[in-house]
Amino acid sequence: MKRRSLMKAAALMAAMGIAAPAVAQEAEKKIIGVSIPSATHGFMGGLNWHAQDTIKRLGATYPNLEFVLSTAGDPAKQVNDIEDMMATRNIDALVVLPFESEPLTAPVKAVKDAGKFVTVVDRGLSQEGIEDLYVAGDNTAFGRVAGEYFKGNLEPGAKIVVLRGIPTTLDNERVDAFRAALEGSEVEILDMQHGNWNRDDAFAVMQDYLAKYPQIDAVWAADDDMAIGVLEAISAANRQDEMWVIGGAGMKEIVKRIMDGDKQLPVNVTYPPALISSAIEMTALNFVSNAPMTGRFIIGSQLITPENAEQFYYPDSPF
Amino acid sequence: MKLDLHTLGPLVALVALVILGAVLNSAFLAPANITNVLARSAFIGLIAVGMTFVITAGGLDLSVGSMAAFLAGIAIIAMNAALPGLGSNWGTILLGMGVAVLGGIAAGYLNGALVTKARIEPFIVTLGTMGIFRSLVTWLADGGTLSLDYGLRTLYRPVYYGGIGWITWPIIVFAIVAVLGEWTMRHSRFGRHVEAIGSNDRVARYSAIDVNRMRLLTYVLLGVLVGLAVVLYVPRLGSASGSTGVLWELEAIAAVIIGGTALKGGRGRVWGTVVGVLILSLIDNILNLADLVSPYLNGAIQGVIIVLAVVLQREKRTVEER
Repeated sequence: MKRRSLMKAAALMAAMGIAAPAVAQEAEKKIIGVSIPSATHGFMGGLNWHAQDTIKRLGATYPNLEFVLSTAGDPAKQVNDIEDMMATRNIDALVVLPFESEPLTAPVKAVKDAGKFVTVVDRGLSQEGIEDLYVAGDNTAFGRVAGEYFKGNLEPGAKIVVLRGIPTTLDNERVDAFRAALEGSEVEILDMQHGNWNRDDAFAVMQDYLAKYPQIDAVWAADDDMAIGVLEAISAANRQDEMWVIGGAGMKEIVKRIMDGDKQLPVNVTYPPALISSAIEMTALNFVSNAPMTGRFIIGSQLITPENAEQFYYPDSPF
Repeated sequence: MKLDLHTLGPLVALVALVILGAVLNSAFLAPANITNVLARSAFIGLIAVGMTFVITAGGLDLSVGSMAAFLAGIAIIAMNAALPGLGSNWGTILLGMGVAVLGGIAAGYLNGALVTKARIEPFIVTLGTMGIFRSLVTWLADGGTLSLDYGLRTLYRPVYYGGIGWITWPIIVFAIVAVLGEWTMRHSRFGRHVEAIGSNDRVARYSAIDVNRMRLLTYVLLGVLVGLAVVLYVPRLGSASGSTGVLWELEAIAAVIIGGTALKGGRGRVWGTVVGVLILSLIDNILNLADLVSPYLNGAIQGVIIVLAVVLQREKRTVEER
């Protein structure tokens, strides 16, 4: 993986070396700080990969831009990272994916008050109007699109189980939208437990669901890492033919199986980890172009079906 | 022979949990559910048996969860790399198992050597190696997930899911290791020395026990058992990532303490550790089966039961000592 991205970076740089002279060289150096959570699960791993990939590419394209990337395992560390970027690197812009909204609001506001360009990604701050640019996936649509698929493809009286993520507002938004989309249908949600976006936890929760409920018609795993654990538990119990599973986020292995027409995985809902790339690119454009880059940019959640799966398949990404 | 009442504390808690589970849901005692719970316990169980020796000798190892993730990572990489040469057969899988166990020995030796030869506090050494192993596996996986080749996985899968009837291999391995561990702690010279070192290492040294060597051996033993747990873990999901084995170290330590081993060392009880591991996985299982409380409170229930199990023992112990 590392070798490949190194080779790719080299190839990119070679390609950019030809393109670079076209970009204004005399512009003053701008430093963009990027602060994201560390790669603790599949989705964040993908997000980290896309962030590094984008920074490498933009750094080669725009020689007057410099990037500082830091990853944090908890909110406190992230606050420290941002303070360090301000104090020691004198950043001109900050792209931040807040670990949690509340603790990050004040430190990010301080960056804004110092006159820097602030891009907030995915998780909003708890106070409105701080950021110049907001780039996010659509958690409500993520739940709604999945819910609508369940409503449209299950018989009345069907029973489903749900695996939830790490308890956060993001998870609540998804689940609320999912419930709302199911309203008016005769589909019954038997149970909702937290699988923490983790394969092993989801495996254990699903085993217990299978022990507890003799009839399950479908599973909303809400995340592709959890879907892998769920599928494994189902096949260990030999109940593959009874139920299908909907994950989410578009992990490459899962998208591949949808492409191949796997009956257990009819569709998937996107929540692209590459949204960090959109945020970094747009922030960079703010400094190198005249295009207006302020406002809100919401990336929709789409339904991946066997027909369109190919356009969501990124074999190079680790996620 | 008079029954030692205070030692039965964890066993009473376990029986109470089994009865509670059976009352709350009839599916609880079904063979399928029992297999699930026991097989799931095996990873933490194997690690906790090793941890019992480390803690009894007055040490501690916080790195085991990260070590498991790292070993799973290198085992998967080794098997995938050997696949073109060796082909999709048991030879390749044995190679992966070997990498996991030898890696466990090396990692355990590293921890042990830093504790005994460099004379650094075990808490600090293993806190350091915990971060190192965790970062290494994340780096090897490029932040994503390392997955075993599909064909190899299909071949390897029965090691977790297969077995003799409903008794799957992880349960068998856990049972064998538990019995051997109990025997070693009670009846072997190694076990006695470990207890002696944990109660008073100076006296142990005067009694001509090679304290450093014994301590080092406890870490190596733990490393081997982590490797063995990985051998059983990899076929389950066929993957490893930065989120594999998170907090396993604390679960293992909690199981050891619930089982009646003293955290300050000197008194080890392997069968108690086994009971502790089963208590921890039963709590999880019952909470999932029963809808007793909001899932947000699962962690709180676990915390209360852990503390209760230890308090129960402590009261009986003070009564006895009076």
